[in-house]
Amino acid sequence: MQYSKRWFWLFVAPALMTFSLVVIVPLMHGFYFSFTDWDGINNQPAVVGFQNYLEAFTQGGSFLRAFSFTSIFALSTVLTVNLVAFGLALIVTQPFRGATTLRSLFFLPNLIGGLILGFVWLFVFNKVFPTLGEMFHLPFLNGWLSTPITGFFGLVIIFTWKLSGYMMIIYVAGIQTIPPSLLEAADIDGVSWWQKIRHITFPMVAPAFTVGMFLALSGAFKLYDENFALTNGGPFESTQMMAMDVYNTAFEYLHFGAAQAKAILFLLIVASLSLIQMSINKKREVEM
Amino acid sequence: MKKSLKNHGLRGLGIFLALGYMFPLYIVLVNSFKKPKGIFINTLSFPGEYGTFENYVIAFKKMSYMRSFMNSLGITFFSVVFILLLGLMAAWMLVRTKNKTSTVIFYVFVTAMLIPFQSVMLPLVNTMGRIGFLNPPGLIFMNVGFSISLAIIFFHGFIKNVPVALEEAAVMEGASPPRILFLIISPLLKPIIMTVAILNIMRIWNDYLLPVLIINKKEWRTIPLMVAAFFGEYSKAWNLALAGLVLTIIPVVLFYIFSQKSIVKGLIQGAVK
Repeated sequence: MQYSKRWFWLFVAPALMTFSLVVIVPLMHGFYFSFTDWDGINNQPAVVGFQNYLEAFTQGGSFLRAFSFTSIFALSTVLTVNLVAFGLALIVTQPFRGATTLRSLFFLPNLIGGLILGFVWLFVFNKVFPTLGEMFHLPFLNGWLSTPITGFFGLVIIFTWKLSGYMMIIYVAGIQTIPPSLLEAADIDGVSWWQKIRHITFPMVAPAFTVGMFLALSGAFKLYDENFALTNGGPFESTQMMAMDVYNTAFEYLHFGAAQAKAILFLLIVASLSLIQMSINKKREVEM
Repeated sequence: MKKSLKNHGLRGLGIFLALGYMFPLYIVLVNSFKKPKGIFINTLSFPGEYGTFENYVIAFKKMSYMRSFMNSLGITFFSVVFILLLGLMAAWMLVRTKNKTSTVIFYVFVTAMLIPFQSVMLPLVNTMGRIGFLNPPGLIFMNVGFSISLAIIFFHGFIKNVPVALEEAAVMEGASPPRILFLIISPLLKPIIMTVAILNIMRIWNDYLLPVLIINKKEWRTIPLMVAAFFGEYSKAWNLALAGLVLTIIPVVLFYIFSQKSIVKGLIQGAVK
């Protein structure tokens, strides 16, 4: 089955053109601008070579700070999101009444926009935490988001809360592929609950773990909305993540060239994460 | 006996956790019905004597809620329609045409999945500003550009498995390619069309970073932009801010209640790819 060249281009060109104008052309533009002193207005900026890149790597600069903060955040949330999600999946796959309702409730936060969730938690941290702290005499519930460490935990909590319900569904799908006969056989042999999880459930949902790990990683690296709504990078840029660093370097400090160099570095990091994930998936498919 | 005990225990734990999960939304809802003093005195109590519905009336008006709702609706609707339309057209032709050009184009779309939005946003906004595209049609155009590759990859995967026999018969009878695509192929792709639509509805409806860069007129604001502006203006007036939040969460929850199955399925399929 083959259609004429004319039909081919008539059908493919609209998608290809839109895509090129929105993604490919700006990417090439951006690559060029990252080597200039572009200010966002003058489109014939002077070429400055690798200066923007070198500046990004200077000690104490906002890029390295944002990079290390984002990396620590990403590694922490990979753990919290997947642990919580797996735990929730174990619970909601039990055969009790209301399990599906629980599933829908855990999934709900994921549908609401990150910005709105950020504002919801801003109220919880700023207003409800102090009330709870007073009630139960827990002084550490005061002044959340006003220090780097509580800002960090605030972001970890909101990200885990948002993403774990989503990941839970992926694990539920994995758990449901376990043949019931396998579990029944284990029951007859008197295998304990933990042994069943350790030796049957874990290996069976292993592919879902890869998906979960990289979803959390790339989600954490690209995070902007929650970061903006909850801490806005504060106090003193200590909780500023990479996406926000790019944004602020451009729109707060008007160093568009430097911001674009950071954006290219950001692209390299996020793209290599995805490539690693793809190669792992490929390998697994071959093995299976 | 032992088993049912464990079951009850897990059920209890599940319910306890679900209550914890819903707590932030619940507390926002409760406090959105209080006068400022009620929020100040105790955020955990019921509205009681400080109860009021006024917050909603004011927030609804100050946020120009209906206007931003319609803006969000229009932008989401047209973006999704074009994503589906252009995506189906391109994916189908790329599957059916077996030559080098076709393969290269498909791989360009696949590779593009690696590019995060933040890495192109500065030059993109710059260019779009120059050609007078910082408006809702421009935003729709950019939404299509960013979502089209994933749509094509999804459709491509499905169309590969659609037998060509049907199409061959239609060509014999002189049907044109548009007729074949929209009357014969598309109906077979309903599930994946649903998935792509849901994925994009959720993404575009909730998107903040792209619209905030593109939309610079108050009357064009989408819901997330309106919430952000409203929060900036009333950052000390929690009673109004919370009512505004509830107003923006309601449509999403309603959508979820009415199309839960397809939403969950669509979003999960999007992840596993």
